[in-house]
Amino acid sequence: MSAIAVFDRRNFLRGTVGLALSFLLPEKESRLLAQPGRSARLQPKPSAYIHVGTDDTVTFMITKAEMGQGTVTSLSMLLAEELDCDWKRVKTEFAPVDPSLYGNQGVYGSASIRTLWTPMRQVGATARALLVGAAAAQWNVDAGSLGTDNGFVVNPATGARLSYGSLTEAASQLQIPASVALKDPKDFKLIGKPLKRLDSFGKVNGTAQFGIDARQPGMVYAVLQRCPVFGGKVASFDASKAKAVPGVKDVIETSSGIAVIAVNTWAAMQGRKALAVKWDEGGGAAQSSAKISALFADLVTKPGAEAKKTGDPEKALASASKKLDAVYEAPYLSHAPMEPMNCTAVVTADRCEVWASTQGPTAARETAARVTGLAPEKVKVNTLFMGGGFGRRSGADYVGEAVEVAKAMPGVPVKLTWSREDDMQHDHYRPAAYVKFAGAVDADGWPAVYAAQVACPSFGGGRGGVDSTAVEGIHTLEYAIPHFQVDYHRADVGIPVSYWRAVGYTQNTFFAESFLDELAAAGGKDPVALRRKLLAASPRLLGVLNLAAEKAGWGKPTAGLSQGVAVVNNIGSYTAEVAEVSVVDGKLKVHRIVCAVDCGHVVNPAIVKQQIESGIVYGLSAMKSAITIDQGRVQQGNFDKFTVMRIDEMPKVEVYIVESDKNPGGIGEASVPAVLPAVCNAIFAATGKRIRRMPITEKI
Amino acid sequence: MAISFTLNGGNQSVDVDPQTPLLWVLRDTIGLTGTKFGCGMALCGACTVHVNGSATRACVTPIATVAGKKVTTIEGLSAHTTHAVQLAWLEIDVPQCGYCQSGQIMAAASLLSKTSKPTDADIDEALKGNICRCGTYGQIRTAVHRAAEIAANGGKA
Repeated sequence: MSAIAVFDRRNFLRGTVGLALSFLLPEKESRLLAQPGRSARLQPKPSAYIHVGTDDTVTFMITKAEMGQGTVTSLSMLLAEELDCDWKRVKTEFAPVDPSLYGNQGVYGSASIRTLWTPMRQVGATARALLVGAAAAQWNVDAGSLGTDNGFVVNPATGARLSYGSLTEAASQLQIPASVALKDPKDFKLIGKPLKRLDSFGKVNGTAQFGIDARQPGMVYAVLQRCPVFGGKVASFDASKAKAVPGVKDVIETSSGIAVIAVNTWAAMQGRKALAVKWDEGGGAAQSSAKISALFADLVTKPGAEAKKTGDPEKALASASKKLDAVYEAPYLSHAPMEPMNCTAVVTADRCEVWASTQGPTAARETAARVTGLAPEKVKVNTLFMGGGFGRRSGADYVGEAVEVAKAMPGVPVKLTWSREDDMQHDHYRPAAYVKFAGAVDADGWPAVYAAQVACPSFGGGRGGVDSTAVEGIHTLEYAIPHFQVDYHRADVGIPVSYWRAVGYTQNTFFAESFLDELAAAGGKDPVALRRKLLAASPRLLGVLNLAAEKAGWGKPTAGLSQGVAVVNNIGSYTAEVAEVSVVDGKLKVHRIVCAVDCGHVVNPAIVKQQIESGIVYGLSAMKSAITIDQGRVQQGNFDKFTVMRIDEMPKVEVYIVESDKNPGGIGEASVPAVLPAVCNAIFAATGKRIRRMPITEKI
Repeated sequence: MAISFTLNGGNQSVDVDPQTPLLWVLRDTIGLTGTKFGCGMALCGACTVHVNGSATRACVTPIATVAGKKVTTIEGLSAHTTHAVQLAWLEIDVPQCGYCQSGQIMAAASLLSKTSKPTDADIDEALKGNICRCGTYGQIRTAVHRAAEIAANGGKA
């Protein structure tokens, strides 16, 4: 295969001559990345990631979009480590969407580093080998006798040096080596260092371009009125008053509502207020949170689908002397990223261009192609920074909406912006969930039975009646309990649901780790001692448990505070958190969270620490907020009723990272699940009261 | 009717509905997109700018009310990203997604202009109106203290 690759990537190549690598790259996809209906068989895909300019600039194509999780920096570190280029001169660009080059470019499942840890280093090493090969040819020496140093090929025998830029043209003519050796981790210069993020500069001076910042010549601004009831449709509408609002240019009906197009976003919003729309609300108008909760409660009394079973829980319960029952419940939650959904699009007869902040650029392209009827190759997606994603931006609903409006105005760029209320009331939510637990402890006080009946809307996947995503965090528990059972009860109630940072674990780890604490209390066991015993065969969970307990001073809380603990293994990583809280006059204050994480080989410890803190704040917000439904409508619209954590509630957070040479696990979702049960278990330690229902709205 | 004000040190005149919030004039009419839309109700702080030196939520500030006043946005906080708050933000590497950070920085700069050595409680009080869903609050606190040091050192990091 030829190494010469000429891509039509004007942005990437910037008109310069240089080395662009294209070669077969095995691309592993985690189960979350697998497209429904697509073969899970691994397929090699050609990819292009590095451009070395003749001016010595090195530009990396970042194929995984940035929502704060650090892909721009971490993926660059993997490439630069093996390329051995000058880190200070690294530039990055977001890759174009091209499944033939990059496979699925979606960012979810905390999978970017997990899946690209080896491939990106191989890309870097291959580029380095080509540059070394070009120097060897020029010097007429054996490539094996040469080395590299920070952007130069060096000949140790002569002291001669050639910059990568001076070699890039010759290197691009060489055959790609069949295999390259990767560095021994002990020789890493960048990986493992707390390097500064590459994307911070533009984010402190307003120049970073988020999706909502897209501007095109002649652009118009749109908002869309959607039916407040899920599944409802437009029956009729009168746009005369809306069209009379100053600045409003047009009003059109789309498949998802009524779009108002204006000279600026504000005018479009004012026009929307003047719309008179009659909705056909459909059957969804009868739905409510109370009804959904009642359905859950009914379902868990009926036979479910078996997600996991060991021992004979039924028989063991019948003969147990000390039994425990508990019901836990969690509400729908909105993702509420700071940047509301938005998308800019222009459509002509033979092409479509999209500017979007998206976790799923590949899905965005497919959606735009479907809406326009164009071939996917005729759709160009420009990936911009995301103002938060948290799972919300893995869907492409908002892209499809914008493209549909733009299609009605050929050649005119349209920016469709969601208001905060649109965003909160038309999210794809973290599902509500309900669990009925039954447990028992043996004569010595150790857990003997742990059985869970889980009712939760389905994420859409699953086999044999079990959506593993809906039970993850419970059926994945590693505790050595002789009689263990998890059954799933599918409850589809017409509210759109999707992945929310840490997905099923967000509610299920709260349920599972709280109920385990109940069993510990029932048996008179210390929560850490009990987990140590039950996790004896799970060394990595045991490791983080012991580290967190040691660093937190388990058993010796800060004066006046109470401690709680929880652990989780998700996204290939292992996390333990100890919370210290106080409850004064029924009011909870979280003072300190100590988190130990084992996420395998760490690429950038500063980013790991950021993500751990980030997940803790995101997880703690789930104590404060709920999306509730009445008459088929979401009752919260903005941050006044959907309350999230603010700086004055921020606890002290300590992060301890386990040194490991294992392959990297994920980090973006690692710390979300365990923080809530750690806090609630600490509340129990402080007050003797169990928190079994989220959010905590009343005095404790 | 045209409305005139000072924007980042220069004269600015716009001809829009006088009720249009400053936020949308900045973003859509003028094209300064560093100031962000988050809630539209002064609940999240993403749109924070300075009007006559004070932190102000641009999303609920009709453009008519800033006529004749001095408006500073994140783009005008410093010419070369050298304001003490920006230097501290870079040193501590505060941003994650970065979307709320313009507002956080403008709120922090306003705080420091009035309180040169803020306590944690001062910082919480001044910044509790600014939501960060990435949870950078701990780093923001550290960075505001650092910015105070930088400012006290004549703006040198």
